[in-house]
Amino acid sequence: MSVVRITTLSKSISNLFKSLVSPLALNSFFVLLITLNISAQDVDIAKGKSLYNANCASCHKLNKKLIGPALKGVSAKYDKEWLYAWIKNSAAMIKAGDEQAIAIYEEYNKVAMNAFPQLSNEDIDNILAYTDYVPEPVATSTTVSGAQSSTGEPSLANDIILGLLIVVLLVLVTMLYLVTKTLTSIAEKNGIKIDQPKSEPFSIWKAFIKNQFLIFSSVVLLLLSSAYFAYGYMMQIGVDQGYMPVQPIHYSHKIHSGANQIECQYCHSSARVSKHSGIPSLNVCMNCHENIAEYNGEEDLEKGYTKEFYTNEIKKLYKAVGWNEETQSYTGDTEPVKWVRIHNLPDFVYFNHAQHVSVAGVDCNKCHGPVEEMEILYQYSSLTMGWCIDCHRDSNVKVKDNEYYTKIHEELSKKYGVEELTIAQMGGLECGKCHY
Amino acid sequence: MKKITFFSVMILMSFLTLSCFDQSKPNYQFFPNMYESVGYSTYQESDAFANGIEAQLPVDGTISRGWVPYDYPDTNEGYELAKKELLSPLEVNDENLSKGKELYNIYCAVCHGSKGDGQGILMKREKFLGIPSYADRDITEGSTYHVLMYGRNLMGSHASQVNAEERWQISQYVISLREKLIK
Ligand code: HEC
Ligand code: HEC
Ligand code: HEC
Ligand code: HEC
Ligand code: HEC
Ligand code: HEC
Ligand code: HEC
Repeated sequence: MSVVRITTLSKSISNLFKSLVSPLALNSFFVLLITLNISAQDVDIAKGKSLYNANCASCHKLNKKLIGPALKGVSAKYDKEWLYAWIKNSAAMIKAGDEQAIAIYEEYNKVAMNAFPQLSNEDIDNILAYTDYVPEPVATSTTVSGAQSSTGEPSLANDIILGLLIVVLLVLVTMLYLVTKTLTSIAEKNGIKIDQPKSEPFSIWKAFIKNQFLIFSSVVLLLLSSAYFAYGYMMQIGVDQGYMPVQPIHYSHKIHSGANQIECQYCHSSARVSKHSGIPSLNVCMNCHENIAEYNGEEDLEKGYTKEFYTNEIKKLYKAVGWNEETQSYTGDTEPVKWVRIHNLPDFVYFNHAQHVSVAGVDCNKCHGPVEEMEILYQYSSLTMGWCIDCHRDSNVKVKDNEYYTKIHEELSKKYGVEELTIAQMGGLECGKCHY
Repeated sequence: MKKITFFSVMILMSFLTLSCFDQSKPNYQFFPNMYESVGYSTYQESDAFANGIEAQLPVDGTISRGWVPYDYPDTNEGYELAKKELLSPLEVNDENLSKGKELYNIYCAVCHGSKGDGQGILMKREKFLGIPSYADRDITEGSTYHVLMYGRNLMGSHASQVNAEERWQISQYVISLREKLIK
């Protein structure tokens, strides 16, 4: 670290001497020097970081073994010149028989490190400055998280207070009831008669019974409203709209497709070509998660989704694919993840994703709703027959770039006398198209 | 007295109906006799096979129709060989390029960026580091195909997501991106 700063500084000093004209006042020079000192250090590390991220991070992490060793504090381990030579071309050193080089090469199962002839010594200094850099503990972060956790508490407190209030209310009601009961029994024992004003409600009731029209209309009202509710209840039998089961791994679409904007079809890759969208096999997850071993994104403390919670979920994934983080290798010890199926049409219906996604170009969101905002996935549409039919009545066939059907599309438009064909007009309402 | 029982019954009823609405359970079905056929559905659990799932790997030694074997081994030598001599069977034309672009934006742009400069969204958010710009790597269509087939270092294989023809289309598009970057 100190070496780096001195070399770059001496460079900037000599540059300064070249560019500064002699009559410059001495103290202003010192001011300049001090500011330069700070900025030179910052630039080093920032530059080193971007070089590191672009060139080295695919194989090295700072604190953890990846494909190559952890690089934190590596400059203390080796001689500077040796490091320059190694980073520029490690293979050449191994060939030349450098003992230290061969030892590391053997230790890492003879995985070759890329050669970086394009990096200058200065670049390498910057990178090493970055790998040595220890960030000062950020004092504000603790207070921020403290504030967040305190915002999490009120809702819990509210719940507790509400619950307490309800209990108190219930206790009061029972007490009142008991009190009146004992009071009346005492009164009865004492021979006091309490006359209750029973006559009034009865007179209204009697008037109501006598009025036949009122009875008739209220019976009709009652029947209609119960028919309404019964109909509503029966129509939702077998409809799983809003179904949101608990999955074996808390996999969040909000984090993957919302925050990190991963395309739906990266994982649901068979939607393009087949009936099913499919759930990705775990090797697809490991394309990213061999590298992403812990979660550092946003938290939702109110619901208990902390970083540890999410990181723990990633460990579940590792357990299922049999990935050993220590050795960075697969153990071969796998177990299937039992995802709970959410969308499920009855087996007598034929629904094809490729027809809708590739041919018609319908967006996933149109049927599956705002998936990229769902922390836990739920069924957004009703998936009833009426839902399919409505869309087939309303939307037009994408005729453009669909040469296979040009002729039939033209003939059908002529037949119906329309410019744009709906799917219904193409035969999308025929029972046989959706039912086997 | 009556009123109290009436009200408590009402309250109990409303509690009951509310508690029946459990989002983590599927709804009732009415005579679902034909909802589930005897055939297996995709990825279903099944005790027909030893590992308990319906989806199985093809039997050893069989290949599916239209599948072409890929002869280059997954080693450094195989990679160098593919870089040198593996050529694309597809001609360079607009159709292949636009298909390649579409697929590239789905499968590669999260990491490599839509321009191929290594500045994909995961790199920008510092979730996945160390993604090179195509301009910095000495790649050919053949080596790109090889990398898609087997993966390389931290990049995983994408062979399960795109088929052979699509891999060639993507490779073609990657090389066209690289040419633009180098210019
Ligand atoms: C292709 C993956 C890869 C890349 C990219 C890579 N390295 Fe390495 N590095 C390795 C491997 C593997 C080793 C272990 C030695 C071996 O097997 O050759 C290693 C070893 C090292 C060592 C010796 C560390 C020790 O503790 O013994 C240093 C220093 C090093 N790399 C620095 C860098 C720097 C700096 C960069 C970026 C400019 C970089 N590496 C890029 C794979 C890589
Ligand atoms: C990183 C991989 C990944 C991405 C990207 C992804 N998904 Fe998923 N998807 C999954 C996994 C794993 C499941 C199963 C677990 C679950 O249901 O939450 C799933 C489940 C689903 C389901 C429910 C399946 C069922 O059982 O009925 C739908 C619908 C869905 N995804 C749609 C989408 C849409 C739309 C997008 C794009 C906005 C998307 N997915 C992006 C991995 C992904
Ligand atoms: C294209 C890259 C990519 C793929 C593919 C991918 N993930 Fe992720 N995953 C990420 C990123 C990025 C994060 C967020 C890391 C962060 O913010 O620190 C993440 C976070 C997670 C988390 C913690 C947050 C959460 O969602 O609960 C889990 C669990 C997870 N992934 C599981 C999976 C599973 C299971 C699959 C396969 C179906 C998968 N991932 C596929 C990139 C990916
Ligand atoms: C026209 C409406 C529609 C569109 C567009 C659509 N889906 Fe679906 N999706 C459905 C229906 C209906 C089901 C239930 C299928 C079944 O049970 O056979 C389903 C099921 C699924 C499933 C779970 C089970 C399966 O069959 O694979 C996933 C995952 C899924 N869709 C993802 C997607 C993705 C990703 C997209 C966008 C590329 C998409 N869907 C576009 C209607 C649609
Ligand atoms: C968001 C609108 C939408 C919804 C919802 C929808 N579809 Fe479609 N469907 C389309 C479009 C658009 C096409 C036309 C594709 C084409 O160009 O061939 C289509 C075509 C079809 C076809 C082929 C029709 C033919 O004549 O070849 C079938 C079968 C089909 N849909 C079944 C279903 C089923 C089953 C459902 C309900 C589970 C459903 N669709 C829901 C938009 C929709
Ligand atoms: C666009 C696709 C589509 C077309 C066309 C279609 N259906 Fe359906 N049908 C469905 C879907 C999807 C369901 C499942 C609804 C559910 O699960 O709630 C269904 C369910 C049914 C059911 C209810 C079965 C049960 O036990 O729940 C009957 C009966 C039925 N369809 C008859 C017909 C007839 C008759 C026609 C022709 C006039 C027809 N369908 C055309 C998609 C279609
Ligand atoms: C999860 C992130 C990720 C995704 C998605 C991804 N790559 Fe990569 N890719 C990488 C990383 C990391 C490297 C650097 C590997 C190394 O160190 O050699 C790389 C390297 C490459 C290389 C250069 C390999 C060489 O010969 O040196 C090519 C070509 C490439 N990727 C093409 C693709 C294509 C095409 C796709 C889309 C199908 C894709 N990548 C998807 C992360 C990714």
